[in-house]
Amino acid sequence: MIELKGVTVKSGSFVLPNISFQILSGEYAVLMGTSGRGKTTLLESICGLRRVAEGQVLIHGRDVTRWSPADREIGYVPQDLALFPKLSVLEHLEFALRLRKLSREVVTERTRELSEVLGIGHLLSRSIAGLSGGEAQRVALGRALSFRPSVLLLDEPLSALDESTRYEMHELLRRVKQTTGVTTLHVTHSVSEAESLADRCFWLAADGIQERPLSQIC
Amino acid sequence: MDAKNPRRSRRASDALFFLVMGGISATFILLIVLLLVADVMFTSPSEFYRALAKPEIRAALQLTLFSCTVAAILSVWVGTPLGYLLSRYSFRGRWVIDTLVDIPIVLPPLVLGLSLLILFHQPIAGWQLESALRDGLGFPVTYRWPAVVLAQFSVACAFSVRTMRVTFDQMNPRAEEVARTLGCTRGQAFWRIALPQASRGIVTAFTIAWARALGEFGPIMVFAGTTRMRTEVLSTSVFLELSIGNLDAAVAVSLLMVMLAVVVLVVLRVLGTGLNS
Repeated sequence: MIELKGVTVKSGSFVLPNISFQILSGEYAVLMGTSGRGKTTLLESICGLRRVAEGQVLIHGRDVTRWSPADREIGYVPQDLALFPKLSVLEHLEFALRLRKLSREVVTERTRELSEVLGIGHLLSRSIAGLSGGEAQRVALGRALSFRPSVLLLDEPLSALDESTRYEMHELLRRVKQTTGVTTLHVTHSVSEAESLADRCFWLAADGIQERPLSQIC
Repeated sequence: MDAKNPRRSRRASDALFFLVMGGISATFILLIVLLLVADVMFTSPSEFYRALAKPEIRAALQLTLFSCTVAAILSVWVGTPLGYLLSRYSFRGRWVIDTLVDIPIVLPPLVLGLSLLILFHQPIAGWQLESALRDGLGFPVTYRWPAVVLAQFSVACAFSVRTMRVTFDQMNPRAEEVARTLGCTRGQAFWRIALPQASRGIVTAFTIAWARALGEFGPIMVFAGTTRMRTEVLSTSVFLELSIGNLDAAVAVSLLMVMLAVVVLVVLRVLGTGLNS
């Protein structure tokens, strides 16, 4: 469960004021709103990359507002993916598992499972240079899911993809939702993405965040 | 006909563009080439080998290779974390540190040497850095080889910090941030993600630091002296040979320095960036 209580984030002259909402465990929520309203800032605050000036961020009821990103156990896929240039696809999937010092057998088993779900088994030995947009997207998603987080944050993950790849990724995200039950907050501008994936829809405006019925947005 | 003339005039304008830009650029390239050609023409292979056979020059060559390498390694060792901190974090007083780093670059070389000398010999409440190192650790610095390394390091490190800062500035910090969400501490994100990406920058910083150390003269002369077979490096050899009127040997040593610099630059460029870059 993701819960924000009166969260205010300040960055220079930009202020994201008094945000409160709750996403229940296993729900897939989309966050929409016009550009520059602070959707990315909000995701960064939840995963700990941006300091929260006021309010609380709770993950499964625990106040993680002052926790470091490493301790929050949140999977994060940024808009630019930020893949690691010097690592192979396999090393991306293994990265978080190795940090947790899991045994070789567990790491191998987990990466095999994950690469099957994501359909990137044939790419494991490749470097990230030369991956297509959809392939890079799957690797970033795999990296974020590898340590089995209970919360997943996606920042416009499909915006740079062509229509058919985007449709494939919709299928994949639905499959991930079904197989992992991960609580997801997905930032998007796309109504079709919201329509296709969301259980709930939030709208970020100048005066704060509101939940809107899917039928009203989509 | 009307359509043809503007085309011709644009072509002529492009040709003029390359002529002017190329002409201005060529003056500098020509100057460097002429300098090297003049040096080569002034000396002969026999003169060159005679100079190289002198035990003083051989000792200077050995000390130069050693001190430049140590100074460059130290410069990268210090320049990498400092460049990273300046690039990634905004903190109070950053501009002061930024300015301090540049001081060795803008300071007149003799002043830097003199400052090092004063630092090591200035008594502070009955305590003196040089005496403490000499008597306490058995490691005298002034007028010995460590002074050569320190004088070279003082300037080379400033260039290394600048190079590393630009390297980290050009790298997207996002990857390190994502690594932190995956479980990395800041230190792990630096070692596992930032540092491997900065490998080319590290090679460049090492190269620049090494080349800068090779050309260092003023601070070495003041802080380490120019004692033959002891603190003489190739740059001071040129000065010493000139001071005793041995112009042939001075030019031969200069050519040796040019060759050394070229070899180091080429080797490190091949190692660091691959031949195709």
